[in-house]
Amino acid sequence: MSVYPQPPELTEEEVQRRNARSRALGLFLGALVILFFIVTIAKLGGNVMNRPI
Amino acid sequence: MTIAAERLDQSSPAFDEERPTIAFGTARDYYELLKPRVMQLVIFTALVGMLTAPGPINPIIGFASLLAIAVGAGASGCLNMWYDASIDALMDRTSKRPIPAGAVKPGEALAFGMTLSIGSVLFLGLIANWQAAAFLAFTIFFYVVVYTMWLKHWTAQNIVIGGAAGAFPPMIGYMAVTGSVSLESFLYFLLIFVWTPPHFWALALVKSNEYARAGVPMLPVVAGPNATRLQILLYSIALIPVGMAPALMSHAGLLYLVVATGFGVVLAYYAYDLFRKREGDEARKAAFRLFGTSILYLFALFGARLVEQLLPFLPWSLMK
Repeated sequence: MSVYPQPPELTEEEVQRRNARSRALGLFLGALVILFFIVTIAKLGGNVMNRPI
Repeated sequence: MTIAAERLDQSSPAFDEERPTIAFGTARDYYELLKPRVMQLVIFTALVGMLTAPGPINPIIGFASLLAIAVGAGASGCLNMWYDASIDALMDRTSKRPIPAGAVKPGEALAFGMTLSIGSVLFLGLIANWQAAAFLAFTIFFYVVVYTMWLKHWTAQNIVIGGAAGAFPPMIGYMAVTGSVSLESFLYFLLIFVWTPPHFWALALVKSNEYARAGVPMLPVVAGPNATRLQILLYSIALIPVGMAPALMSHAGLLYLVVATGFGVVLAYYAYDLFRKREGDEARKAAFRLFGTSILYLFALFGARLVEQLLPFLPWSLMK
């Protein structure tokens, strides 16, 4: 038996709420990735094609 | 039982007192922590600050800068709710906020607010400039530490001085474009700074019992309702020339001047109405009318300035 206290079993509503939070966090992180990408391209401007081939 | 817990089924095992508390909030609760209505005002005024700045800004960088400023403002609102959760629980107006309602734990709100504060400042620094980022960081510090932790609980002038935090966004927006401040952006700061006391005190007059119960020394609690009415009237009269100043100093056009004069006179009239009506339901209605009009006032003035700035870019203007 573990010496650490076991987390309580979640109710159905708590599981639903946790899933909703996880989905929102996933969407937020996805939006952040897209935002960082677009802003990086905008900052680079014309230099985006300026690279050694 | 917390308000959030009441949403649950009463027979749920979550009601077992022996059971450790489980994170309860929804995404909406976290959104509410950011004070979305205050964020709207911040976005609007910062946008005007940006558009009135000389020099071009890439629309994508401009949009992202605005987002960073809005998130920084939201983060300071979140930290305000974290610090004031105990007094929020004592007032009807704020008792349904996510922390006193039990939906979000104070520690979660603190972590959320700090993460967004640091993230928004770094993001603004990287995409716009570090002057604007430093100004945003100072604004968050001013609102959370100077206003929330110190002034709010200490002096009846809390919202007069603390109002500076809400007045900085147009200057931050301007700075995101130029890297510096100007007289025009300072005039917009001054406008919001002078507007804040009559706006908040109109609400505080109606809610003074709640503030007294929570031990917050708002002006109506400390100096009484009649002294507050006089202060509201004086600030509202002072707001007329302050509102007109950008046009009088050639930074804004005729449309802005007309709107600023018209709405300034209307606001001062409603402040006078509140000054006269001191008892009963009429006094309460006058306070709410002034509060509502003050919101409209700010949106009208900044809206007029926004229209003036965008007018040259409208299709029929470009055809000339």
